[in-house]
Amino acid sequence: MLTRRIIPCLDVRAGKVTKGIRFKDNVDVGDPVAMARLYYEDGADEIMFYDITASPEGRGIMIEVVRRVAREIFIPFSVGGGLRSLEDMRAVLLAGAEKVSVDSGAVRQPEIIREGARRFGRQCIVLSMQVRRVAPSAQVPSGFEVVIDGGRVPTGMDAVAWACRGEALGAGELCINSIDRDGTSAGYDIPLTAAIATRVGIPVIASGGAGTPEHIYEACTAGRADAAIVASMIHYGRWTIAGIKERLAAMGLPVRRHW
Amino acid sequence: MVVILDYGAGNLASVLRAVEYLGHAAMITADPDILRRAERVIFPGVGAAGETMRHLRQAGLDRVLAEDIFAAGKPLLGICIGIQVIFARSEEDDATCLGFLPGEVRRFPREGGLKVPQIGWNQVRFVRPHPLFAGIEDDSEFYFVNSYYPVPAEPEHVLATTEYGVTFTSVVGCRNLVATQFHLEKSGRVGLKMLDNFCRWQPE
Repeated sequence: MLTRRIIPCLDVRAGKVTKGIRFKDNVDVGDPVAMARLYYEDGADEIMFYDITASPEGRGIMIEVVRRVAREIFIPFSVGGGLRSLEDMRAVLLAGAEKVSVDSGAVRQPEIIREGARRFGRQCIVLSMQVRRVAPSAQVPSGFEVVIDGGRVPTGMDAVAWACRGEALGAGELCINSIDRDGTSAGYDIPLTAAIATRVGIPVIASGGAGTPEHIYEACTAGRADAAIVASMIHYGRWTIAGIKERLAAMGLPVRRHW
Repeated sequence: MVVILDYGAGNLASVLRAVEYLGHAAMITADPDILRRAERVIFPGVGAAGETMRHLRQAGLDRVLAEDIFAAGKPLLGICIGIQVIFARSEEDDATCLGFLPGEVRRFPREGGLKVPQIGWNQVRFVRPHPLFAGIEDDSEFYFVNSYYPVPAEPEHVLATTEYGVTFTSVVGCRNLVATQFHLEKSGRVGLKMLDNFCRWQPE
């Protein structure tokens, strides 16, 4: 049976993980490679790096991080943040990432999804979107609106419609980030995840709000998600990935148990 | 020296990194002459069956694989597209493939809300013992990305199976040939262990 994936997300700025993260003594806190390795050894099913630098120098540093990660970590990992062209995607994939995720760049230029899928295969292209709740309107009938540029700029686009369009353009997976829940540890936005997951035929990754294994269980059952992003709940040492998986398995959710 | 076959597609560097990480000498080549002299070959990749076969034929790699590797008894490992093109034909692009093993490749059914491609970690159940499985627990999970799956005509070629809407064959073997539908190079420690088993395997 296909298992539900638990995906730690690391925000990287100029080659360092940004959030204050509490780790065991032997890990160089802030080094994305060391942290990724720790999560890999603890049973992460995939790792997501989000480059929040997005300057040309930052990009070069990120490529070097990707190269180092690829030499040590033998699970899939994706890189997102500021990717705007096929060249940007190619550089990350050649350095060893399994997938790239596009976000604001794809809203401005949806064709990048189609071109990326054609050039590198759909399985490489993750369409990531930041979503906030708004009052339902003619323009945003679902009440879930896509926002860009780190959640600052509203687009007037309906997240469900954008997800369907992304799939049609060739996205291989969708990562749905709830701005309202991000960093709250109050649980994922289940109606949002379900609204999208029931409309598309590609995997959906729930993101934003994970605080407990029960939240992940909800996202993967009521929310119909195929995978879940975890950040604060593991970065601050409240949970280990192995511990999360043990709880999820006890609740009956299929998770990877051998690593 | 493990030779990794470059046929113009796929993510070969990740296989090379994994084999080197395990301490085995390896190289990537598209040269039929180098392939001909290889002691051990990995045929990896992501791609479509029709395109893969076109590349193999254009470069003359199909015949070298058939005569100098498979028929010559050298250890050969197919990964992902590499398990699919060893069968006679594929529904993908309606491609005529290498035909090392009798059987065909089919698409996962769309019905029942099954997401295609399958992306993620799925359990692999061993059907028959094989040196490839040494030190690996039955039902261990491996990383899959596939829309198509092999259907061997000979039941004795089935080494392991996996469930995704259907029960499909995820590992096949015949003499000096083994192949996995999942990505050994992306399947963590258990994947590395299986890859290492292949690199050390001496077929009888």
